Amino acid sequence: MVKPGMTSSVLSIRAWCGFAVFLCFLAPGARAQESPYIITYDHHLEEPGNLEVEYFSTFGTQRASNDFHAYWLELEYGATAWWTTEFYLDGQTTFADSTLFTGLRWENRFRPLRAEHWINPVIYVEYENISEADKIIKEVEGHDVESDLGDANAALRQGHNHELEFKLILSKDFKGWNFAINPLATKNLLPDIPWEFGYAMGISRPVALKASPRRCVFCPENFIAGVEMYGGLGDTQSFGLHETSQYLAPAIAWNLPSGWTIRVSPGFGLNDNSHRLLLRWGLSREFSGFGEIVRSLFQAHS
Amino acid sequence: MRTKRGCFRLFATLPISFVLALGARAQESRNDEPVESILASVPDRARAKLNPLEKDSDAAAGGKKLFERHCTECHGETGAGSRRGPSLRATVVQRARAGELFWIITNGVVRKGMPPWAKLPEQQRWQIVTYLRADGR
Repeated sequence: MVKPGMTSSVLSIRAWCGFAVFLCFLAPGARAQESPYIITYDHHLEEPGNLEVEYFSTFGTQRASNDFHAYWLELEYGATAWWTTEFYLDGQTTFADSTLFTGLRWENRFRPLRAEHWINPVIYVEYENISEADKIIKEVEGHDVESDLGDANAALRQGHNHELEFKLILSKDFKGWNFAINPLATKNLLPDIPWEFGYAMGISRPVALKASPRRCVFCPENFIAGVEMYGGLGDTQSFGLHETSQYLAPAIAWNLPSGWTIRVSPGFGLNDNSHRLLLRWGLSREFSGFGEIVRSLFQAHS
Repeated sequence: MRTKRGCFRLFATLPISFVLALGARAQESRNDEPVESILASVPDRARAKLNPLEKDSDAAAGGKKLFERHCTECHGETGAGSRRGPSLRATVVQRARAGELFWIITNGVVRKGMPPWAKLPEQQRWQIVTYLRADGR
């Protein structure tokens, strides 16, 4: 039932959440080994044919304005062993203000080298169509600072960004550790707006490297701990750390034997331009053979 | 009005991306390359590697658990193979050296759709090798 005053954007968020729940009953679950990173990417792509449905939340503090809860739904599909495509839907609730659907993103990651190498590159290309009220802070770029998000939602939603974002994901696994660094460049498709730069990097390791012989929920190998650091690097007109925000975020992932993964990551602002706290958490589940299920729907029966 | 335009873009983008993605998956799922040629592509140095967990009595049990978690989707519940991946019970696989199996698990066979499994720690990949070889004996 549509309540008076409920915006179509809120309905849209609910519809997509409903779709995600529906998926949970459509395809068999798969059990992945997910990293704890929420912002940083490593070189491991989605298994081909599998669909991962992910929900993430970010609670952020905001000085001189209202705190917020931003969230996104992520559909990640392994198109091939060298190409993963993802679709995002973003929303946010600013306390004592309103709830908004803030936009969508389409992301693609390509792995140019087939085998494992000393360092493994992945090319990342994303198109974003988001309003300036988007607060998921999935990446920090240019001179993004806390005060950018201080206005009321009604004012922020008037601005729209169509952006292309490029990342070079460099990642290496060594003796159980993963090291990843992602330099990024973003171009707003409007003319006269400069390229913006940023970075994310992370290090992680499973709590135990060897799997125990018994089946267990709390086995140490099911937990992967790590830490991420990310921030802006200015733009083509003023490159560097001046007037940028920077974050440090410990992170942990719990890969449950049932196929669910839970991630938690409290992020702390490292300077006065940063939000003091960005508390993130997420829940994801991978579904195997999703591509084959969809294809079979369109195949002719003999 | 703006919301309507946004919804249109959303519903236009999603099918296009999925059609492209499903098409790519269909092309890659050909299963016509013999396992022998995949094993032959393993570098000599990797082939010569010895399994450090060969004599570890728990390794195969842990490997079985990992196999069920990560490998059965494509290679079937018993490793007998499926439309998505070849049988691991075939003689050629059972006769393969530990180093060959470890290299293939680590690097995958990307052109055939098998992803690299380097995201599993080295010890866990050796546990899977131990299980595969123990299971075949």
